[in-house]
Amino acid sequence: MNIHEYQAKEIFTAYGLPVPGGKVAGAVDEAVALAEEYGLPVMVKSQVLTGGRGKAGGVKFCESMDDVRTAADAILGMDIKGHTVHKVLITPAVDIDSEFYIGMLIDRNTKRVLLMASAEGGVEIEQVAKDTPELIFKHAIDPRFGLLDHEALGMGLKLVPDDIKKARQLGATMQKLYRAFVGADASLAEINPFIFTPTGEGHAIDAKVNLDDNALFRHPGYEDLRDLAAEDRSERKARVAGLSFVKLEGNVGCLVNGAGLAMATMDLVKYYGGQPANFLDIGGSSNPEKVVNALTIILEDPEVKAILFNIFGGITRCDDVAKGIIKATESMDITVPIVVRLTGTNETEGRALLAKTDLHPAETMDEAVQKAIELAG
Amino acid sequence: MAIFVDDSTKVVVQGITGRDGGFHTREMIAYGTDVVAGVTPGRGGQVFDDKVPVYDSVAEAVEKHGANTSVIFVPPFGAAGAVFEAADAGCKLVVCITEGVPTVDMVKVMPFLKERGVRLIGPNCPGLLAPGIAKLGILPASIVKDGPVGLVSRSGTLTYEVVYQLTAAGLGQSTCLGIGGDPVIGTNFLDAIEAFNADPKTEAFVMIGEIGGDAEERAAEYIKAHVKKPVVAFIAGQTAPPGKRMGHAGAIVSGGSGTAAEKIKALEAAGIPVAERPLDIVPKLQEIWKR
Repeated sequence: MNIHEYQAKEIFTAYGLPVPGGKVAGAVDEAVALAEEYGLPVMVKSQVLTGGRGKAGGVKFCESMDDVRTAADAILGMDIKGHTVHKVLITPAVDIDSEFYIGMLIDRNTKRVLLMASAEGGVEIEQVAKDTPELIFKHAIDPRFGLLDHEALGMGLKLVPDDIKKARQLGATMQKLYRAFVGADASLAEINPFIFTPTGEGHAIDAKVNLDDNALFRHPGYEDLRDLAAEDRSERKARVAGLSFVKLEGNVGCLVNGAGLAMATMDLVKYYGGQPANFLDIGGSSNPEKVVNALTIILEDPEVKAILFNIFGGITRCDDVAKGIIKATESMDITVPIVVRLTGTNETEGRALLAKTDLHPAETMDEAVQKAIELAG
Repeated sequence: MAIFVDDSTKVVVQGITGRDGGFHTREMIAYGTDVVAGVTPGRGGQVFDDKVPVYDSVAEAVEKHGANTSVIFVPPFGAAGAVFEAADAGCKLVVCITEGVPTVDMVKVMPFLKERGVRLIGPNCPGLLAPGIAKLGILPASIVKDGPVGLVSRSGTLTYEVVYQLTAAGLGQSTCLGIGGDPVIGTNFLDAIEAFNADPKTEAFVMIGEIGGDAEERAAEYIKAHVKKPVVAFIAGQTAPPGKRMGHAGAIVSGGSGTAAEKIKALEAAGIPVAERPLDIVPKLQEIWKR
C-alpha cells in the first residue's frame, strides 16, 4: 500500500525522525490559516501517490500569504500523472545548506533490508543509480542486530567525510529510519532529501513510505491511511471481495486461477492481437459466490465485450469448477459471450457439463484466447 | 534421484488439523510421502485420520519419529514462527506453503536458517513433487510423470500447466519445484538450477519466471557459465502495467526494473531459448534437446 507524504511523516515522527511540522489542507482558506499558524515562508506541497510532483508544479515555495493562496488554489484539483490533488501539505520552509538521500528497501538477493545513501540528495535517485551508481552507498542490514552504531557512522562518513558531527546525525537518522521500516512493516522508506540548514540542523524534508500489504493485519490503524479516492473503483471492490485484480484498458475480461497463469493469459491475449481488460486471480476455489463477485467487477467495465475463464484444475476438480461457473452465470444477467477453458483433473466431466450451456468451451489456452478475442470483436 | 528430497525424507506437517493442512496431508500420504507426524499446538495427543500422531511441538515429532522435513500450512501471522520452530527442532528442509507472510518476518528468519544449514522452500509456493519419491505441498499428483525433466517456477497453476504439457508429450519430470511468488524466498532460481545441474537424473530443465526482481537475470548468468544441460525459459507478465502488484507480492515492476522484456533479453543473451507462449515450451525443449 502506498501512502502520502504527510502520512509517511507521521510514521517518521513517531520513530523520532526530525520532520519539520506540517498539516494538510483540503481548501485554500485552510491552507492560508495553516501558513499563518506556522509563519512564513512555507512550502505548499501536493499530496498525490506519484513521483515527479515538483516537476509538475505541485510543490511551491511561498514567501507571502498571497503566494500561499495562489499556490494552494493552483495545486488543489491539479492533475499530476492522472492523480487529482485533493490535499496540500503546508510545512515551514527551511534554509538548505546540503541535501542527502537516505532510503531503505527489501533486497531480494541479500534477503535483507538494504540501506542506500547518497550525497546526491533532492534529485530522482533512480537517475543517480543509472548515471552515477558509484555515488550511492549501500549496506545490507543484518536483521539480528539492526543497523549497528559503527555501521551507521561509517555510512554517515561516506556522505560527509570531513564532518563527524553531521556524519553522526546522518547515522542516527539511518538507525531511526530502520526502526521505522521494521516497526511499520514497510517495503520501501525514503527520505529525499534529508537536509542540513546553514546552522547544522538536520531535517527530513520529504518522505516516501510503501507499506507491506501482507503485514497490514498487525497494523489495524493503517487501514485508515488508504486513500480511497485515489483507488480505482473496481480495484477497491475487488480488494474488499478478497480478489487479486488489476484494471487494464482492453476488452477481453480475464478470470484465471493463479497469478502466474493469469499473467500468462493476459500476455497470450496480447500475443493474438487482443487487449486484456484486467488481471484477475480467482484463486483455487470453485466457490460460485467468488465467481459472481469477479464477474460483477469485470462486467462493470462497459469496454468488456467477452469474458475468458482460464482454469487449471489441479487440486480443484474441473467438474466442480464448471458447476461453480454455471451456477454463477445462471444467477446473473450476462449479455457478453463467455469462453471457458478447463484443463486438468476431471476435465472430461467438466467439459461435458459446459456442453449443456451457452458458454463457449475451449480445450487449450490458445484456442480459448483466440475465441475470446474473436467474440469480443 | 531428485533435488532436495530422497527416500529418507520423513515429513512433519505443521498445521495438520487445519482445513488446508488436513486436505493436503491426505493427498501427500496418498502419493506415498512418508508423513510421520503432525503439529498443532493444543492438539497434542490426537491422531489425524487414525494414522498420523499429532504433537504440540515439532521437537516432539523429530524426537519420536525422526522427522527431518516440515511442510507448513500455518496462517500468515504464525508462518514465520513455524519456520523458526521447524529449523530449531532440527528439520533440514522446510516447505512453507502459506501465502501472505509479512516480508520483514521472512527477512528475520533467513540468518537463523543459514546458521543451521536449513533449506527453506517458499513461502507462498506450491512446494515440491519428486515423482516416485515424495510430494511436499500442493502440486497435483495426477499430472506428473516420472522422468528426466526438471522444472522450477515462481508460480503455481502456470507450473501445473507446463507439467501437464510435458507429461502429455511423454516427457516425465525428475522434480517439479515451485519456489514461490514473494520477494524474499528461501530457495531461489539459482539454488534450484545448481541442484538440477548436479542431479544425475535431471537431463534438461525448464525455468518459469515472472516480472519483479532480477532472479531470472542472475540465473541466466549462472546457466551461461556453468550449465551444459538444455534449458528453456518462459517469463510471465509481459503485459503487466508498472507499479502494480500482479497477485504475487513479488510480481511487480518497480522503478522501471524487473520487466519481462529485461528478463527475456538477459536469458536470450545467455543463449537460453525463451518460449513466447506456454504452448511453445515443450517443442522448444524438444528442439534443443538431442536425446
